Amino acid sequence: MKLTGAQIVCECLVKEGVDVIFGILGGMILPLYDTLPQYPQLRHILVRHEQCAAHAADGYARATGRVGVCMATSGPGATNLVTGIANACLDSVPMVAITGQVPRTLIGKDAFQEIDTTGITLPITKHNYLVLDTNQLPEIMKEAFYLAKSGRPGPVLIDIPRDVQTEQVEFRYPSKITLPSYKPTLEGHPAQIKKAAKLINEAHQPLILAGRGVIISEGYDELRELAEKAQVPVVTTLLGISCFPESHVLSYGWLGMHGMAYANKAVNAADLIIAIGMRFDDRATGNVNSFAPDAQIIHIDIDPAEIGKNIRVDVPIVGDVRTVLNKLNKQVVPGGHIDWIQQLDDWRKEHPAVLIRETEELLPQFVIRKIYEVTQGEATIVTGVGQHQMWAAQHYWYDRPNTFISSGGLGTMGFGLPAAIGAKVGCPDSTVWCIDGDGSFQMTMQDLATIVQERLAVKIAILNNGYLGMVRQWQELFYQRRYVATPLSGPDFVKIGEAYGIPAVRVKRKEEVVPAIEQAMNSDGPFIIDFMIEPEENVFPMVPPGASLAEIIEEPRKEVVSWPRRSTS
Amino acid sequence: MATTKHILAALVMDRPGVLNRMVSLFRRRGFNIDSIAVGPSELANQSRMTIVVNGSPGMVEQLRKQLDKVVDVVKVLTISETSMVARELALIKVKATSATRSEVMQIVDIFRANIIDVAADSVTIEVTGDEDKVNSLINLLRGFGIKEAARTGYIAMSRGSQDAVQATEKPSEPASPS
Ligand SMILES: Cc1ncc(C[n+]2csc(CCOP(=O)(O)OP(=O)(O)O)c2C)c(N)n1
Repeated sequence: MKLTGAQIVCECLVKEGVDVIFGILGGMILPLYDTLPQYPQLRHILVRHEQCAAHAADGYARATGRVGVCMATSGPGATNLVTGIANACLDSVPMVAITGQVPRTLIGKDAFQEIDTTGITLPITKHNYLVLDTNQLPEIMKEAFYLAKSGRPGPVLIDIPRDVQTEQVEFRYPSKITLPSYKPTLEGHPAQIKKAAKLINEAHQPLILAGRGVIISEGYDELRELAEKAQVPVVTTLLGISCFPESHVLSYGWLGMHGMAYANKAVNAADLIIAIGMRFDDRATGNVNSFAPDAQIIHIDIDPAEIGKNIRVDVPIVGDVRTVLNKLNKQVVPGGHIDWIQQLDDWRKEHPAVLIRETEELLPQFVIRKIYEVTQGEATIVTGVGQHQMWAAQHYWYDRPNTFISSGGLGTMGFGLPAAIGAKVGCPDSTVWCIDGDGSFQMTMQDLATIVQERLAVKIAILNNGYLGMVRQWQELFYQRRYVATPLSGPDFVKIGEAYGIPAVRVKRKEEVVPAIEQAMNSDGPFIIDFMIEPEENVFPMVPPGASLAEIIEEPRKEVVSWPRRSTS
Repeated sequence: MATTKHILAALVMDRPGVLNRMVSLFRRRGFNIDSIAVGPSELANQSRMTIVVNGSPGMVEQLRKQLDKVVDVVKVLTISETSMVARELALIKVKATSATRSEVMQIVDIFRANIIDVAADSVTIEVTGDEDKVNSLINLLRGFGIKEAARTGYIAMSRGSQDAVQATEKPSEPASPS
C-alpha cells in the first residue's frame, strides 16, 4: 500500500499508541497537519508557543509514563521547542519531537525558515534524525519511540523535510528494530548485586537515596520492600519526591540545597549510601569532596555513564531499578538499625522541616500547607522554578506515587503551566495543581488560552511575591541585598484570568486562603488564585552554593527579620 | 590529577552525523582531541575510529562511557599502550637543493621513509611509525627547512588475537571507576 510520508508518520503514531500531540503548525509541516483529520484517534492540542508544546509533552510523559509527542514547523518552530527538549533531556523524560524541514532540494541553501535542527538539538536529545529517504520513515519512527522509552529515557527528534511528507512510498511497518549499537543493560550484574546485598546486610547506618529512576521504572513497591525489610531510612532527591510515601516511618524527606536538615545530616553520618536511580547532581550533593564522607556507596542506575561521574562508587550496579531491586531484595536480610533510626528521629525533632512561623503575614509555606490539606494530599503538583518550587516540594506531602512534577536538571522557569496542561491531558481524572511563581508564570501564561480551549480543569496557584524571588534570595544572602533586576511587576492576574475566561481570585490574608482553595476545588474548570505572599520570604534550609551539606543554614530568619525592609508598592 | 595520552578505539555505525555526534561530545565535556582518524572497517556499514585524547584515567573512562552512549556507537574501548600496535602516517615537504638533497635522502633511508615527490627545491617524504619516530624525523628535517607537514594521527589495534573492538554486546558492567 502506497502512503505519503505524512500518512506514514500518522500510521506509526497510531501504532505506537499515541493519543495526543501538542504542537503548532507552519509551512514546512503543513502536509503532516493536513493529514491529521484522517486519523481521528490522534488528538492534536494547539498550544500558543512551541516551548509549551514540548513542556506539555513532557508533563504528559511524566504523569503517564508514556512517550509525550510534540510537533513544530521548521526554523522558529523548531528553535522554540529547544528549551522544552533540553528540559526533557536533563530529566530523562521520554519524548518524541517531530519538526518540519525545508524540502530536500533546499537543504543547505539557507532557505526561508531553514535551520539546522538536528545540529542544534544534537547535544540535547538522546538521538535525532533528519529523514532524507521516505522509505526509512517507518523504521525511524519505530526506532525513535523505542529509544525515547527504553533504557534511560530521553527526547528523540525527527526532522522531516516537507517533500518527504508528501512523497508516496510503499508502507511497511517494521516488525522489529535492529539497533546493534544500542543495548541497554537491564538486569544488573549478579556478582555486583551480591556484593551490594552483603554491604547492606553489614551496614550499621545505611541510607537509601532514591531518585527519579525509581519513578521511571515504577519500582515503588520494590523500593518500599527494600526499605522495610532491611530497615533502611529513605531520603529522596528533589525529582525523587513521591517515589516513596513521605508519611512512611522510614521516610526522611529529601536532600540537597533546600532539602531537609535531617536528610542532609543523615547523608553525612551514613556508613552506607544506597543510591537508586539518581545521578548525584551538584544541587543534591553540595560539595562532592565532603559528600557522605564516611559512607561506602552502592549506585544502581541504568546509565553506565552516571556511575563514577560525580562521586566515587564502591559497588556500581548498572540496570533497571525495579529489576535490580527485585533481585537485591531476595538477598537482603531483615535488619534492625534501631539506634540509627532513633538518631534520625532525634534529628528530625531537633530540625523540624515543616515548621511554619506563626505570623500575620501571608506566608507561602502556609499556602502550600493549606493546598495540601484541602486536596487531602491527593493532587498532582506541578511547579515552575524558584522559591515556590522549593516550598511546594517542602510543604506538600507526597504519599501517592509520581505526584510531584517539576523541572530539575534544567530548572526551567515557565515549565509549570504547560507541564500541568500535559499532566491533566494525560491523567484527566487527577486533580492537577500548578504552583507557580509570578515570574515563572509570566514566561508561559499565554497558554492559559490552551487550557480554556481544551477545557482543562487545571488549578493554578500563583505565589506572587513581586520578585524573581529565588534570585532575590541569593542577592539578599550573597550580594549584600543588591536587588538588581529582581523586583518584578506583573499584570493583574485576576484580570488576566477574566480576559481568558478563567475564574480567578486574589488572596491577601490568611483567612482567605482556605475558602479560595475550596472555591477552586469546587469549580468544574480551571481556576486561578493570586496569592499575595510575604515578598521577602526566603527558602530555608539552604546549603550555600558550593558548600558541603554539613554547612546547611537553617533559620537565620531570626536575625534577619530586623533587616531594613524594602517597601514594595 | 596527572593527565596522559590515551587511545580510544571505536566501532561506529556509518550513519550521517556520527562523527559530529562524537566530536560534539568531546567539546561539550571539555576534552581536547589530539587526533582522530576514521575509515571503513572490515564490517559492512561500520567504521573504525581511533581517537587520541589527553586526560586522567578517570576522565577518559567517563568519556568512553559517554561515547558508548551515543546511539550510533557500537562499542568503544580504551586500549592500553602496552598491548596495542599504533601507527601514524606523515607527509613532510622539506627544502632540498642539489647541495642538501643527498643528506636528506640519507636521513630518509635511516627512517625507512620514502620520497614520494621531488621538485627543484624540495622533496616530499612519506613516513609511517609511532609518534616518537615521526617526531624525530621531523626534528632532524627541521634544519633543512620544512615547507609543509601533515599527519594522520594514530590508527590503532590491540596486539595478537584479542579484538580491540568487536561488534559484540556492550559490557554489562562498567570497569570499576577510579
Ligand atoms: C528560563 C529561566 N530564566 C532564568 C532562570 C533563573 N531563575 C531561577 S529562579 C528565578 C526566579 C523565579 O521567580 P518566580 O517564578 O517569581 O518564583 P519565586 O522564586 O519568586 O518563587 C530565576 C530568574 C531560570 N531558572 N529559568
